[in-house]
Amino acid sequence: MNRRKLIAKTPLHVTILVFAAIWIIPTLGLLITSFRDPTNIAGTGWWTVFPKLFSGGQYSLENYIGVLSGQSLGQSFLNSLIISVPATAISTFIASFAAFGFAWMRFNGRKVLFMLVVGLMVIPLQMTFIPVLPIYKKLQLAGTFPGIWLAHTAYGLPLTTYLVHNFMAGIPKDLFDSASIDGASPFMTFWRIVIPISVPALASVFIFQFLWIWNDLLVALIYLSARPNVAPLTLSIANLVTNRGQDWELLTAAAFVSMALPLVVFFSLQRYFVRGILAGSVKG
Amino acid sequence: MGDHRARPGRLKRIAHSVGLKLIRDPAGAVVRFLERGAPGRLLLRLIRSLVRWFRSVRWRSWSFVAPALLLIGFFLVYPTVVTIARSFFGRGIDLFGPNVEFVGLTNWKYVFTSPIMLTALRNNALWAVLFTGCTVGFGLVLAVMLDRVKYEKFVKSIIFIPAAISGVGVAVIWKFVYAFRPAHIDQIGILNAIVVALGGQPVGWLLERPWVNNILLIVVGIWMWTGFCMVILSAAYKNIPKPLLEAARIDGANEWRVFRNIILPLLAPTAAVVATTMVVQVLKIFDIIYVMTNGNFDTEVIANRMYKEAFLFNNYGRSSAIAVVLLILVVPFMIMNIRRFAKQEGGR
Repeated sequence: MNRRKLIAKTPLHVTILVFAAIWIIPTLGLLITSFRDPTNIAGTGWWTVFPKLFSGGQYSLENYIGVLSGQSLGQSFLNSLIISVPATAISTFIASFAAFGFAWMRFNGRKVLFMLVVGLMVIPLQMTFIPVLPIYKKLQLAGTFPGIWLAHTAYGLPLTTYLVHNFMAGIPKDLFDSASIDGASPFMTFWRIVIPISVPALASVFIFQFLWIWNDLLVALIYLSARPNVAPLTLSIANLVTNRGQDWELLTAAAFVSMALPLVVFFSLQRYFVRGILAGSVKG
Repeated sequence: MGDHRARPGRLKRIAHSVGLKLIRDPAGAVVRFLERGAPGRLLLRLIRSLVRWFRSVRWRSWSFVAPALLLIGFFLVYPTVVTIARSFFGRGIDLFGPNVEFVGLTNWKYVFTSPIMLTALRNNALWAVLFTGCTVGFGLVLAVMLDRVKYEKFVKSIIFIPAAISGVGVAVIWKFVYAFRPAHIDQIGILNAIVVALGGQPVGWLLERPWVNNILLIVVGIWMWTGFCMVILSAAYKNIPKPLLEAARIDGANEWRVFRNIILPLLAPTAAVVATTMVVQVLKIFDIIYVMTNGNFDTEVIANRMYKEAFLFNNYGRSSAIAVVLLILVVPFMIMNIRRFAKQEGGR
């Protein structure tokens, strides 16, 4: 019985194995190559390391040192952090206010405005660049961190507001009634009651938004490409591909530098991340 | 408290006594003046209703949503309106600057007749079909299959990794997979290495226009987004009560029929939502193309063309029209989202 079950399940295991292989091999190739010597990279395929996988001497950190200092990706890494952390914080902050307003305050036009927000979740950002850019240039916001903080905050608001709203709308009404009997103002209710119990939802949204901004190329390309010293990793690497397209020792190490933080975030906070995705897509 | 009009203060008594009504009660004086004529009365009524409206607005409620609405207004709503208008004007960037004369449908003619835009539109259609079909299909298959094995979590993580990294990173990974070198030296891209090992000639994959390179770019997109679909569909699959499936199996249904007649219909609503998310995603596809081919060799897509026309060729009118094409394509999904939300709200 057990053997028959095993045989019956063989196609299943094989199919899964094929999927797993296709999903792991490209990334593995990048990872191994990034530690190899440039002449080896250009001479032989990365899979040739396998017969003597763990023998030292064929790996080094040369490439990483090369991109971090030589190609100044160290600066870009910092820029990516300087861009994404404040932008994420500001947008989560503003979105939680708006979400509370839309979920629990009563005012004229509440429904219509929230539908506008829902509709704008999928608007192509391409619609927004051409009118905003000249204003940015006049205000000297193009090529500055505050400029891109604002842009990322605004672009992220429809989705973040919607996600936080979904959570806050589910808070039992009794909680607010008892608070208002105690004489708390809406602001106090929001700050003392709603925010603390929304922390898990806010964490999901924060991680989601952080990765979105960290991984963004388009918005950075529009608002920051005028000044190379503020470029985030994505932008620097895209330029590296254009200028040094065959120098795989640089490209692989650079790509891995940009992937490192998302991977750490993903593996350590997978639960929140997945929850964020689920909240965004299957609710309703 | 009460009647302080009966005991006016010293200053007010003086004011009254010298008849300076304007100082004592300026608003009242203005009102009495306006009430003398018909236009004045009309103006007065207008002001009163404005004041009434101003008082009725719940400013405290508004203060919660105001910052978000201001930002959304400036960065999303205002530009959308301007971009639609700009699609009928010349190439200058500033609406009130030089080279922004009315050009009628010139930009639009370019969008729907120029060879490069037709290529882009065709490619986006190809992306929409292949990418959406494969991401949702693979996601569904993986969700159901992985539920039956013990190492589910491990494989799920592997498949999901690409969703956490940037399009730029993914593009570099796959550019390396597709790397091409002449036949007489060792291949360093694994795809060509496999082809050569099987006795074939190495291929410059990204130069093979128009089908091979486009399909291989779509493969990159599928690789990036399948994990996203899998996670959502897997959550929906785990919500299906298992006794339901067991009952069907006991009744003699084979696995395929269980999948076809029970699992699929139950997952269909979720799959539809995921599919719309993927279509919207793919209409705006940009990073992968920008980094891997920059739209050369017949791989152009709408979003990349929009970027090029504006920020490389400085034709902002034409670029606006291309952006509006994206908007038009996305509008049905906007309406769908709003409807879904309205339904959800109605049930609350």
